Amino acid sequence: MTIRATHELHSRRFSRNRGVAILLVSFIAVVFGLTVVKVQHVGATQGFDHVLRPEMLAPDGTAVAE
Amino acid sequence: MSDVSYNQSPEAEFGDYVELMKPRVMTLVVFTALVALLVAPGGLHPVVGASAILFIALGAGASGALNMWYDADIDAVMRRTANRPVPAGRVRPDEALAIGIALSGIAVVMLWLATNWVAAGLLAFTIFFYAVIYTMWLKRATPQNIVIGGAAGAFPPMIGWAAVTGGVSLESVLMFALIFMWTPPHFWALALFMRSDYDDAGVPMLTVTHGRPATRRQILVYTLLLFPIAPALALMPVGGPISLALALGLNLWFLRGAWEIWRRDEVIAEADNYAVEKRFFKFSLAYVFVLFAGLLADHLAWGLF
Repeated sequence: MTIRATHELHSRRFSRNRGVAILLVSFIAVVFGLTVVKVQHVGATQGFDHVLRPEMLAPDGTAVAE
Repeated sequence: MSDVSYNQSPEAEFGDYVELMKPRVMTLVVFTALVALLVAPGGLHPVVGASAILFIALGAGASGALNMWYDADIDAVMRRTANRPVPAGRVRPDEALAIGIALSGIAVVMLWLATNWVAAGLLAFTIFFYAVIYTMWLKRATPQNIVIGGAAGAFPPMIGWAAVTGGVSLESVLMFALIFMWTPPHFWALALFMRSDYDDAGVPMLTVTHGRPATRRQILVYTLLLFPIAPALALMPVGGPISLALALGLNLWFLRGAWEIWRRDEVIAEADNYAVEKRFFKFSLAYVFVLFAGLLADHLAWGLF
């Protein structure tokens, strides 16, 4: 036997679940938007992984131990 | 058989959680913070500014939820607040507490990431001040509760200002002072015509502890203290002719209302069902909104040239 009637309790739960879902999606949108804006305004960035960085070299061109 | 174990505590709808954030108090918070953020020198990227306002509002909502968690016993007694989600049983007290704490943390951290630590620190302090110092301590301990509680409502423009400038300045202190001095007359007028509500709840409202004539006198005193602040703010670089004209006009109107309240007594007030007090209360709401709108108008009008 399947119960098909929607109890008032279910509409309350649905209202809550839908609200939380919308909130979470909006929060993701806000964080994403903030990230895009911040990255755009921070200026040129440099990756530090396994790449020779010219400003780390000594004046005579030799590498300096970190 | 269909309604098993459901009658004692109906589950909350989403709207009940929204109500926990005190959306009506939030309008003043959002508006004053937004104006301060817009008129502050420097300016923010619109996305950053909008996020800052969002998280300031979220922090205010979180402190509202904490207030409703702690004050459920008082709220249940007062007619005006008996139908709030916690005293009405729609939201469980521990839920309100958890939501309040979680949202406070999210709001402060996100405001920090979006803007700077000064704004985030001010927001954290505001939440602490409202939830702990005001709600848990002073509200039940002293008839000056409204005066001190007003500080919590006065912080949002300072936070908005700090979000842009990263600091505190004379302008933002004056915005704080404006709301701080405005809160006591605003709330005491409400207390005068809400009659016995606070008596029943045992909250030491000035009307209960020192009587109604003293409350009427205090409304006048704080209105006089409020008087110089709006014109001073209008004379700052953030102000302008529009703000100054509004400040002077609204001040005279406000003072006249306070004067009338001071000269009346309960017999006269009951005869016309507190018409003057109710009018003063409504006008006091407009007072803050219009003054901040004036700052914004000056900013838009003269900032363009």
